[in-house]
Amino acid sequence: MQLKKNWNYIWRNKRRKQGIKQFLFLMPSLGGVACFVLLPFGKMTVSSFFIVLTGEFAGLKNYMAVFQNDAFEIAAANTVRFLAAGVLPLLLLSLGLALLINGDSKRGKYRYLYLLPLAMPAAAMVLIWKLAFSGQGFLNRFLGTHTDFLGEESAFFILVGSYLWKNLGYTMILWLAGLKSIPEAMLEAARMDGAGRVKRFWLITMPCLKGSMFTITVVSLINSFKVFREVYLVGGAYPPKSIYMLQNVFNNWYLYLEQDKLSAASVLSVIVLGAVSLLLQRLWDWE
Amino acid sequence: MNYGRKIIKNCLKILSWLCVAGPGVLICVPPLLLFCGSLADEIEWGQRIAPLLKNNQEYIEWKWIPDYPTLGNYKELLFYAPDFLVLFWNSVKTAAYILGGQFLVDVPAAWAFAVYRFRGKQFLFSVYVILMLLPFQSTMLAKYLVLNGMGFIDTGRAVILPAIFSTFPVFLIYRGFRTIPQELFEAARTDGAGEFEIFFRIGMPLAEGSITAAFVLSFFEIWNMVEEPLAFLKNISLWPLSLYLSQIGPGQAGRACAASVITLAVSLFVFGMFRDSLEQGIISSGLKL
Repeated sequence: MQLKKNWNYIWRNKRRKQGIKQFLFLMPSLGGVACFVLLPFGKMTVSSFFIVLTGEFAGLKNYMAVFQNDAFEIAAANTVRFLAAGVLPLLLLSLGLALLINGDSKRGKYRYLYLLPLAMPAAAMVLIWKLAFSGQGFLNRFLGTHTDFLGEESAFFILVGSYLWKNLGYTMILWLAGLKSIPEAMLEAARMDGAGRVKRFWLITMPCLKGSMFTITVVSLINSFKVFREVYLVGGAYPPKSIYMLQNVFNNWYLYLEQDKLSAASVLSVIVLGAVSLLLQRLWDWE
Repeated sequence: MNYGRKIIKNCLKILSWLCVAGPGVLICVPPLLLFCGSLADEIEWGQRIAPLLKNNQEYIEWKWIPDYPTLGNYKELLFYAPDFLVLFWNSVKTAAYILGGQFLVDVPAAWAFAVYRFRGKQFLFSVYVILMLLPFQSTMLAKYLVLNGMGFIDTGRAVILPAIFSTFPVFLIYRGFRTIPQELFEAARTDGAGEFEIFFRIGMPLAEGSITAAFVLSFFEIWNMVEEPLAFLKNISLWPLSLYLSQIGPGQAGRACAASVITLAVSLFVFGMFRDSLEQGIISSGLKL
């Protein structure tokens, strides 16, 4: 009896010591995140219910102001449109490419070339855009016209194109990883049982890729937000209307010290993206 | 019948090969364009983009091989343009500080998430994932408020400190640690190894690919930094190289190309050195074990 008690005591003590050590690993990161993001964000959330200059309580007024803002509306529509026209095709195209490469080891040999665009600086991309798509650029020479592709609706498609260009390889490698992890025997067994290519894809490949889906979607989303760099470098604070993104609105409110609206909009963006992130985790990544 | 099948099969093969090779070629064109452009001097560029300035019916001229190939643009940038060098070293210094900081902060944090069980881990990790998904603009104001309070605005620290605590590397490295069989750590623990020993001598070496990949991707991020310096640095002499091009006028296309090539060359060097680990790390980030 006494022995058992002793054991318990030692055991608990050891665990406590371990707990402190474990905490040491996490603490620097957690401290920094709390100091630079979580705490100031919390403070900002509180201030989003007040008018900063006068300090009077505003309730949801700041939030109403965000929703009634025309620029915000246009930008939100553009951002959603970009997600639909950019992220979705990226996921499908890269999956197609990964399926093609996966079947053939010879073709896969140079797959690291696809990662090369990751190294391309945004400013250099913009330089190429200007040479290729301006009113007197290469595309117009080819078509024999004089439209300024950067100034109109078409700027949106150029933006989508360069997003695809930059991220196709990265996403493809992620899909390839998922494909490689499917046990060969499983596909073989299905083939023996007479399942065709299409059936094998839907019934075995797709369910097995579920584990990769989370990272792929999240990474594609993260990178889709970064198109702001190209937008800003090509069009400054007020780019063509078709590529005026939410990031531009935030940035402009920041520049013009519209703290009330910016804090409310920041809180809103975190709520939306937090919900998206939790949903994706629930769907594909819960442990 | 048999022949027809064979022909169709071969056609499909060629088609799929084209589908793979086509994008591969497309990917190489923009860097090549920049390189060829950087070899033409300003006079030649002046002739090429003259239509742009005159705004008439002609088009920009493009030649893959310039009439008078020269390295003059590089010479000018590296020896006669002090602003370029200042920004170049700004970028190098920023990258060194951030990567060093991330090494000290993010690798241990990823380890804690991957190996230990503690109360609130699931919740904290969810917070980290949300933070990594957020674009810079969402936390811009919050970061400004705290940096301003500390008096760091318009100093290098304004860009460096928040970047050290970015959570994307934590996630990547976490996934790397998760690919290691956890029994290994248990076995080491039974043999009397301490937590730090296990971390340094088993965990880190086995997750090397993921750690390297996280740092290479971080480096690309830093080398490409646009939003953070624009928001937190008003003093142009503190800007990173990635913003140099935005200051070059349209009359200096040759110089802009050369600056792009130099920027790209550094990333390519890093890419070439670590491409295998980069791929390996990306692969383990995509696997869920």
